[in-house]
Amino acid sequence: MTTPTAIDYEVVIGVEVHAHLLTRSKMFCSCPADYFGAPPNSHVCPVCLGMPGVLPVINRRAVELTIMTGLALNCQVPPLARFDRKNYPYPDLMKGYQISQYDQPLCKDGWLEIEVNGQRKRVRINRVHLEEDTARLVHVTTPEGESYSLVDVNRSGIPLMEIVSEPDLRSAEEARAYLTKLRQVLRWIGASRANMEEGNMRCEANVSVRPRGSEALGAKVELKNINSFKHVYEAIRYEVQRQISVLQAGGRVVQETRGWREDLGQTVPQRSKEYAHDYRYFPEPDLPPLVVSPEWVEEIRRRMPELPDARRQRLQDYYGLSEYDARLLTESRAKADLFEGALSHFPPDSRRARAKTAANWVNSELAGLLNARDLEWEDCPLGPAALAELLDLLEEGTINTSTAKVVLEESLSSGYSPKAIVEEKGLAQIGAREELAQIVQAVLEANPKAVADYRSGKEGAIQFLVGQVMRQTRGRANPEAVRELLKEHLSRA
Amino acid sequence: MPIDRDEVLHIARLARVGLSEEDVHRFQEQLSQILDYFQVLQELDTSEVPPTSHVLPLQNVMRDDEPGASLPSQEVLANAPQREGDFFKVRAVFEE
Repeated sequence: MTTPTAIDYEVVIGVEVHAHLLTRSKMFCSCPADYFGAPPNSHVCPVCLGMPGVLPVINRRAVELTIMTGLALNCQVPPLARFDRKNYPYPDLMKGYQISQYDQPLCKDGWLEIEVNGQRKRVRINRVHLEEDTARLVHVTTPEGESYSLVDVNRSGIPLMEIVSEPDLRSAEEARAYLTKLRQVLRWIGASRANMEEGNMRCEANVSVRPRGSEALGAKVELKNINSFKHVYEAIRYEVQRQISVLQAGGRVVQETRGWREDLGQTVPQRSKEYAHDYRYFPEPDLPPLVVSPEWVEEIRRRMPELPDARRQRLQDYYGLSEYDARLLTESRAKADLFEGALSHFPPDSRRARAKTAANWVNSELAGLLNARDLEWEDCPLGPAALAELLDLLEEGTINTSTAKVVLEESLSSGYSPKAIVEEKGLAQIGAREELAQIVQAVLEANPKAVADYRSGKEGAIQFLVGQVMRQTRGRANPEAVRELLKEHLSRA
Repeated sequence: MPIDRDEVLHIARLARVGLSEEDVHRFQEQLSQILDYFQVLQELDTSEVPPTSHVLPLQNVMRDDEPGASLPSQEVLANAPQREGDFFKVRAVFEE
């Protein structure tokens, strides 16, 4: 007889991401797409209201951003794409159908590389397609118990891109890495703001577990309506444990849709739309097909910026940066641009030597200041020229590191250039030996005890004297120079 | 090609159409007749004809991404049977 061993379970996750595209107008009409915060039903027209007799017209930029996303995700771009009607009766759909893409999406069969715990892995992308977003519903129940819904059509018709992964993710950590990487790419190429909290990026995860070694997929649970990366990660972790517990107790996982209750720290079943999913897709007769020529694809590829992974590699090779530094710098395109933009102000033959210092200032000091102000790199008020100026002031010894930190913060807040701040506030280091020597002499005279301590062999006492001099100079001296000068004075009898 | 009663009820449900018993009967007959007619079309040899989703020889009809004016709010809501503020008001979506 063998002792039953605990079954080892394998987690299988596939992710569907929806992202608003960064267009100025809607997908099929010219209503402005910047509806965020606008009064209800202020950004609508007969087309997006679904009035009878109107005709949709495809937004070229939305198509091109979708193709660019496909290229960034290593997808095939088939020569023919088509729109289809997805029919379902729900009040968030003004026409009774959503214009989407069914069997001929703009992009298919790609991959995105992620890295978790030092392990790289390619996550296959099934497809990237283009559709329109739906209206926003507000559900109301009055104190008297009356229930109704309110419809705001502003969001209806916003270009929405759907990116579907294959079920290649094996843990919540991998799912989080995939989402983070995807968001980085979408922002990098300017396809989307990709901000879950703002609702312009949404994520659904299909989660199932199966005994390791089994090829069959377990019953899948669809996690929906989750509004941040953190919650997606927590919901998947919870869901994996829940499903394993059900199976270990001899139960069966029910295929269903679940949401995340942050207050409970649990996933809970959600009421789904009660009709069966029978969308009766058919080709959208109002929209002629899209013939995507190789020339068009190449033109879009030429407009695509260097992608994050390629740029990271180049920063390592060209500037001799560590992978860690380069990875941090390529978190966002704006950050990498700021770094390289600052370096471009230096003579070409000095850039490699000064890259590490520049990277440190961007990755730690500036990153910290932006973080404290809740600013994204895209909104960083400090430009590359100002950063280069600050680095020059440091390099030539006009200011020391601690002054530079103060100047950086001041420049960020006031918008004045580092040079102007240093001049205005008289922050330049006291380089002149005579001026510093006077202060050193005064400090020695004022602190006979420390002087005696030092001379009797307590070398640590010099630290106190350095501090006193720095205080007298309001931090404007170079501490190393001060230490040398003090030693010189103290060695004289 | 006979269509059964359940199929008619399913289609009616998807279309959100309420049918009387008499309607179900009538549509069962009519839908069957329509499908029968398609059986005639099916006899044509189309093996050399690519599937046609659109009858007009058009492709790549697109517009530039230029925002234009939207409708004034009063016109948007002019025909709404029910409104609340600037929202359209509709029956509760989730029935308890």
